[in-house]
Amino acid sequence: MRQKRNDFNYRVGKVIVCAVVLFVLIGCVYTPYDPNGMNGALKNAAPSLAHPFGTDNFGRDVLSRVMKGAGTTFFVGLCTVAIGGIIGTLLGAVTGYYGGLFDEILMRLNDGLTSFPSILLALVFVSILGPGKYNIILALGIIFIPSFARVVRSEYITQKQMDYVKNAKLMGASDFRIMFVHILPNTRPILLSSLTIGFNNAVLAEAGMSYLSLGVQPPDASLGRMLSEAQAYLFSAPWVALAPGILIVLTVLGFSMVNEDAG
Amino acid sequence: MKYLVKKLITLIITLLLVSCAAFIAFQVIPGDSVTLALGTDFTEEAAEQMREELGLNRSIPARFADWMAGAVRGDFGTSSQYKQPVSQLIADRLPVTIWLAVLSMLMITVISVPLGILAAKSSGGILDRMITLITQITMAIPPFFLGIILTLVCGILLSWFTPGKYVAPDKDFSAFLHYMIFPAMAVSIPKIAMVVKFLRGSVLRQLSLDYVRTARSKGNKESAVLVRHVLKNALIPVVTFLAMVTADVLAGSIIIEQVFNLPGLGRLLVVSISNRDFAVVQAIILYIAFVVVLINFLVDLLYRWLDPRVE
Repeated sequence: MRQKRNDFNYRVGKVIVCAVVLFVLIGCVYTPYDPNGMNGALKNAAPSLAHPFGTDNFGRDVLSRVMKGAGTTFFVGLCTVAIGGIIGTLLGAVTGYYGGLFDEILMRLNDGLTSFPSILLALVFVSILGPGKYNIILALGIIFIPSFARVVRSEYITQKQMDYVKNAKLMGASDFRIMFVHILPNTRPILLSSLTIGFNNAVLAEAGMSYLSLGVQPPDASLGRMLSEAQAYLFSAPWVALAPGILIVLTVLGFSMVNEDAG
Repeated sequence: MKYLVKKLITLIITLLLVSCAAFIAFQVIPGDSVTLALGTDFTEEAAEQMREELGLNRSIPARFADWMAGAVRGDFGTSSQYKQPVSQLIADRLPVTIWLAVLSMLMITVISVPLGILAAKSSGGILDRMITLITQITMAIPPFFLGIILTLVCGILLSWFTPGKYVAPDKDFSAFLHYMIFPAMAVSIPKIAMVVKFLRGSVLRQLSLDYVRTARSKGNKESAVLVRHVLKNALIPVVTFLAMVTADVLAGSIIIEQVFNLPGLGRLLVVSISNRDFAVVQAIILYIAFVVVLINFLVDLLYRWLDPRVE
């Protein structure tokens, strides 16, 4: 039953998500200026027609940088969700379907890991692997595995007792076929919802790590990194900080609004 | 009693496993700390000598035993960047982090409990919708961006505090507290949103139960039903949720300390990671991990005490 208010939420969320995704996609192929192109004559210029979001302390166009930076942030978020989602789904499927000792051990480990705040785990990984775009993807991807595994596992435990699974077994379908051809499509709503939440968390985590200068490294622009650079000039050029920050908020808000209704 | 013993044994095993993980994790680091410490003075002999001095040429189990023995006595070795004992560095910075956490938890509890009840009470009404909308937006704001907004609005536009001008508590305590209010706000606002949402759900779940109908039909006033009957039950899950938020608050302060330039544990951790000062990183990670494990342990006990039906 879809309530009216949720419907409104969903629609607004969809508009925001589409706008943000479009913004990022355009940024991949076209930016109004070179995101790293400096202009000494236009330092910390306020927003104007030529530079809608103003320029930063090097005279770089903030709009172009936000477009490029959002691309990096989205890339990190998508890769993270892909790693965490695929491995988490596999683990969740196997443990949920078979159960047993392996399941028990993995779930204990899962409980232990999820009790730690993810930013702390990410810091541990980064201090071991070193900072950088691909290391942050690897770290966040691994950290997100347990949350996916848990969701998929509980879904498999309910699904495997359903009649259609028994039916498929009687027809002689292999375990592998039952797990991935029969059950997996039925976990779609839950899986989609946890993918969205995961993506949001990944965006927030990446921004946080890059803000601490432990994530994406220059010359790659990322929203978190832009925020940390902008902070020193908050007094003279607040727009440099506001643009990337508001984009993060819109992204996370949009996805969570869409998700609230779907989930 | 039996439960307590069982929990205590699990606690000890968990702590041991966590320390083991914290130790081993830092053994696989690419990049040798000796090479880094020597820098341009690097020669094979000098490196060998330094390894000898630091005990790095011994087997991993032996070093783990050493490290653990030191950790139990509160000795985590010497920081390579500050040339000071790690325990001293941590002790210097701990009060700031603790104050930040305490202030944040205070704000979270004081603000979110009434708001959550209010939202549930006026469920479906304008007030509830507004609270829900605001929680949704605040949950989407990364804490460090919130910190920047607070700096911009309260610090630069309204001049309620001077951004970046931290005052040490032993110099001027009231000025210290004044400055700390803003980082605490940045840490707590997203958490307030989470707790409000959680509490609202919890109260609404209780309101639909039979005992509420009974309490109402006995002629209790609506507010009496809410305060004396519903709240008692609805707050149980919230207490455990709040305890879990404590771990999040600690982690969140790592970033917020950076935003507001607070000389706390989180800042030390970030600086040490950048400088590859692993003795410090290892100690702080162990420290926070222990706190998290202990909080979880206490939550389990608290939950059982509040709700004896829980097995």
